[in-house]
Amino acid sequence: MKKILILLIIMYPTISFSTENNKINKITKNLRCLICQGQSIYDSQSEFANSLKKIVEDKINENMTEKQIYKFLTDKYGEWILYEPKFNKNTYFLWLFPLAIFIFGGILIFKKKT
Amino acid sequence: MSSKIKFISIFCFFVFCFFIFFQSLKESKKYTPKALMDKKIINFKMKQLDSDEIITEKDIFEINKITLLNIWSSWCLPCREEHKYLTELKMNTRLNMVGINYKDKKKNAQNFLSEFGNPYSLILVDDDGKNSINFGAYGVPETFIYNSKKKLIKKIVGPIDLKTFNEIKNILK
Repeated sequence: MKKILILLIIMYPTISFSTENNKINKITKNLRCLICQGQSIYDSQSEFANSLKKIVEDKINENMTEKQIYKFLTDKYGEWILYEPKFNKNTYFLWLFPLAIFIFGGILIFKKKT
Repeated sequence: MSSKIKFISIFCFFVFCFFIFFQSLKESKKYTPKALMDKKIINFKMKQLDSDEIITEKDIFEINKITLLNIWSSWCLPCREEHKYLTELKMNTRLNMVGINYKDKKKNAQNFLSEFGNPYSLILVDDDGKNSINFGAYGVPETFIYNSKKKLIKKIVGPIDLKTFNEIKNILK
């Protein structure tokens, strides 16, 4: 029991570090590198991407949530910087069309069977 | 009859897809940021190039003058191209020009200025690029123009060319 406790204490910094790193990776994977389109900030090694990674890290250390970080960046660069489009009146079609097709297909299959 | 309906609906679907792709062909791929327009300058703290004095957003504006903020670097080739326009704009008494030296070595930056001339009244240092991101910049070169109320009225991504140079001159009229 003691050994496990010591092990946990030793490992604690690495555990907390890795969760923070995971968060940075998750956020930067959803950010579009604006000067090297086709790559995410996570993938890119451009000056812009490297600075943005540092900014995201800083914001996480300032205890900002993922949403707040996205808000901070979209205020500056517009929604284009996010890979995942937000659900609003401009994107209803984008989000709902595949669902509509899926339901339509389902109905077709169901009708054929009966 | 039903095969005819099938054919028409498939045909319509392809026309629809073609139309969407055709429309987006015409759209300009150059991303022009609108998000920052008319917004007030952000709060910042940056060091000067020649001294260790800390400068904030309050220090860079001059009364009744338009402020041009130019992000540049000695290693950036397009910055050399736009430098002649900046030197010419320097003559205009209504304009206050501030430079932000982006991810550069102090010595290289000073060499660049002694070679091409220094159009700036003040030069700030952004050695890790974080401040430029706070400004909403993409990289170098980039130019922000603020009116005397500290609101952004124009943003130029990339080097200033003859067209944007004339646009700046129009703003200064």
